[in-house]
Amino acid sequence: MATFDFLLQGLLVAAQPMNLLYALIGVTLGTAVGVLPGIGPALTVALLLPVTYRLDPGGSLIMFAGIYYGGMYGGSTTSILLNTPGESSSIVTALEGNKMARAGRGGPALATAAIGSFVAGLIATLGLAFIAPYIVKLALVFGPREYFALMVLAFVTVSSAFGDSTLRGLTSLFVGLGLAVIGIDQLTGQARLSFGVPELLDGIEVTTLAVAMFAIGETLFIAAQGDKGPDKVEAVRGSIWMSANDWARSWKAWLRGTFIGFPIGAMPAGGAEIGTFLSYATEKRLTKHPEEFGNGAIEGVAGPEAANNASAAGTLVPLLTLGLPTTATAAIMLAGFQQYGLQPGPLLFATNPQLVWGLIASLLIANFMLLVLNLPLIGLWVKLLTIPKPWLYAGILLFATLGTIGANPSVYELGMLLAFGLLGYAMRVFGYPIAPVVVGLILGPLAEQQLRRALAISQGDYSVLITSPIAAVLLLIAAAALIVPLILRARGRGEVLSQLAASED
Amino acid sequence: MKHFFLATILAGAMSLPAYAADYTIIAPANPGGGWDQTARSLQTVMQQEGISGNVQVQNVPGAGGTIGLAQFASQQKGNANALIVGGYVMVGAILTNKSPVTLKDVTPIARLTGEYEAVVVPASSDIKTMADLVEALKKDPGAVSWAGGSAGGTDHIAVGLIAKAAGVDPTKINYIAYSGGGEALAAILGSQVTAGVSGYGEFEAQVKAGTLRLLAVSGPERIAGVEAPTLKESGLDVVVENWRMVAAAPGLSDEQKAAVSADIEKLAKSAGWQEVLKTKGWQDSYLAGDAFNAQLDKDVAATEGVLKDIGLVK
Repeated sequence: MATFDFLLQGLLVAAQPMNLLYALIGVTLGTAVGVLPGIGPALTVALLLPVTYRLDPGGSLIMFAGIYYGGMYGGSTTSILLNTPGESSSIVTALEGNKMARAGRGGPALATAAIGSFVAGLIATLGLAFIAPYIVKLALVFGPREYFALMVLAFVTVSSAFGDSTLRGLTSLFVGLGLAVIGIDQLTGQARLSFGVPELLDGIEVTTLAVAMFAIGETLFIAAQGDKGPDKVEAVRGSIWMSANDWARSWKAWLRGTFIGFPIGAMPAGGAEIGTFLSYATEKRLTKHPEEFGNGAIEGVAGPEAANNASAAGTLVPLLTLGLPTTATAAIMLAGFQQYGLQPGPLLFATNPQLVWGLIASLLIANFMLLVLNLPLIGLWVKLLTIPKPWLYAGILLFATLGTIGANPSVYELGMLLAFGLLGYAMRVFGYPIAPVVVGLILGPLAEQQLRRALAISQGDYSVLITSPIAAVLLLIAAAALIVPLILRARGRGEVLSQLAASED
Repeated sequence: MKHFFLATILAGAMSLPAYAADYTIIAPANPGGGWDQTARSLQTVMQQEGISGNVQVQNVPGAGGTIGLAQFASQQKGNANALIVGGYVMVGAILTNKSPVTLKDVTPIARLTGEYEAVVVPASSDIKTMADLVEALKKDPGAVSWAGGSAGGTDHIAVGLIAKAAGVDPTKINYIAYSGGGEALAAILGSQVTAGVSGYGEFEAQVKAGTLRLLAVSGPERIAGVEAPTLKESGLDVVVENWRMVAAAPGLSDEQKAAVSADIEKLAKSAGWQEVLKTKGWQDSYLAGDAFNAQLDKDVAATEGVLKDIGLVK
């Protein structure tokens, strides 16, 4: 019962007026940097670290928590409204969210993202508080072969979820996989396909590719259509709030997204993006409105957004229990903890219960603040869409370019942004889906490295890939995900054929 | 509405310090890593101690610090107000990436901090001592998998040196590179690999909690308060230190160089810096002037030798 006492104590500390103010500053800053591509939460926390030397540990932890959650949420706003994902984990949100915004449903899309983030943040933070030690044990069981099986599953689910044509989807995916091999090979330290350009040694930045493909490609596409294109996007149609139907369709997606995102975030090599991919694929498979997917299905925003925020909380599991930062932001938070002599690790919960529970309480408060801050802002955000089209897209172009240069001031980065923008335009013109390219760039290196690590450890014995029970189960699910739709489709076709035959009689 | 949009951008821009700085420190890595933390600690202490009124940190990540180094050498030539943080990992990265810009193209000022490597196994492992590990390595080098940081980095070099000292062909070692010490730690804790090598700080908490067994450390002497023997005591003639340094721009006059060196010396001796070293768990390995340059040349030559032995540099 001590757990509860500590948590309540932490909440009391976090709810003091000054600390609430810190939380508000934190989430405001966090949301702002999340919205701006280029300034990520990692850099913001790093810049604020010296400032917080003067605060007491409680206050600064609360501010960090606010920035962390705020940043995770802020990225979704630009994804939905401008089709410009600020962080790699909000790429999936852009798929359905931006379609909704174009159809005048930007309000409900932002609302389901905000409330979904809140619900996921709440459940996942409680999960962090009560089951972190167990989750981390599970995460440690995951070795290279289990990760490889998870990547295979992610590949199968996302490839079946994007686009109408399997061939086109696969083509896009392989473009992404091709881009993914550029740079230093992590396992041997040798450069691949960098053509002697030092800037290519670190490979292609996911956010550069995503912003180029989504925002620049889209802008070029719209500009190329000129006056022939569809009239200006409808800013608001119907209520800007969620309807009863929206709620009914969202809540299950929030919960499913949370349960997918939290454990994946907790895995040392998981990554927030993978949870959002899996969540999107799950929602697409389970929805009662499959025709809406690709045209703005609310589940496709609710699920991935919840997964995104749940995995942000999940990231703190290895950070607090093992002292293992799995993201850049977590690494800086670790530095922040250390300035108070707090050494995250297996003994942290025993040696510094006040600070740990203070942090968890801060996360709960920050999560709540985020909702309070963002719900009223939705009305303002959607008005962005009423800006005349030439201005809006000029703004998006500026925004995307600034963000990319801000993150990495280099001529090559800018060149890549433009080149990929042209690629994105060409793919749109010829009807190839965009998202699989980005997915390939994210998943490709992970899958490759884990496979090679697994084989290096086993000294080239391929059987290790299926002898682990977890890996075997994941691979079986992947196989089922691949085969079952084929069987269903074959059967469906049979029914259609028999119907046709019947009507001929 | 547009105003709001602009206001958001302004708010973001204002969160970055826009004023001109007395010193600009380049951290040639992403926020969060060791070099970034070193640069930001320098910033804090230099301002605190009144060594400099304004210090700005800029991240130029990429390719083991060689991107930042190349940019620094070409853009800051003759600028006495620019500094770059670097370290042992950069020495290896320059060699493996065949970087055209090397540490010869900047003005190394001083070595500031250092960290010794630690060799660990999971607590459940049959391997109890360094001798057990060496025996297993001699029996079948491929069967002993080592987890550590990036290929060609300090951890990899340490494993190569251990193999060589044990009389095992360094090209036969089964080194599994992870993107950082953290990910490697998870693999060791989960018993995915035989052993792990990384900075002692990465393992300290786990060793204290009894989930990892510390076999040896790579310093010339034991770490105070830590029971594990050095590699030398274990019969392996290996000393590895992952050090971090600060360098100034190329093309400085002797007076400029002396002024920067004096500022860094003042910093290294300050109470604020000592406090930082303590809270971060960094060893004070301050070394400046000719002694540092001589040590640097020695390290570069030794690193090149090891990387050739491992087969990463031809």
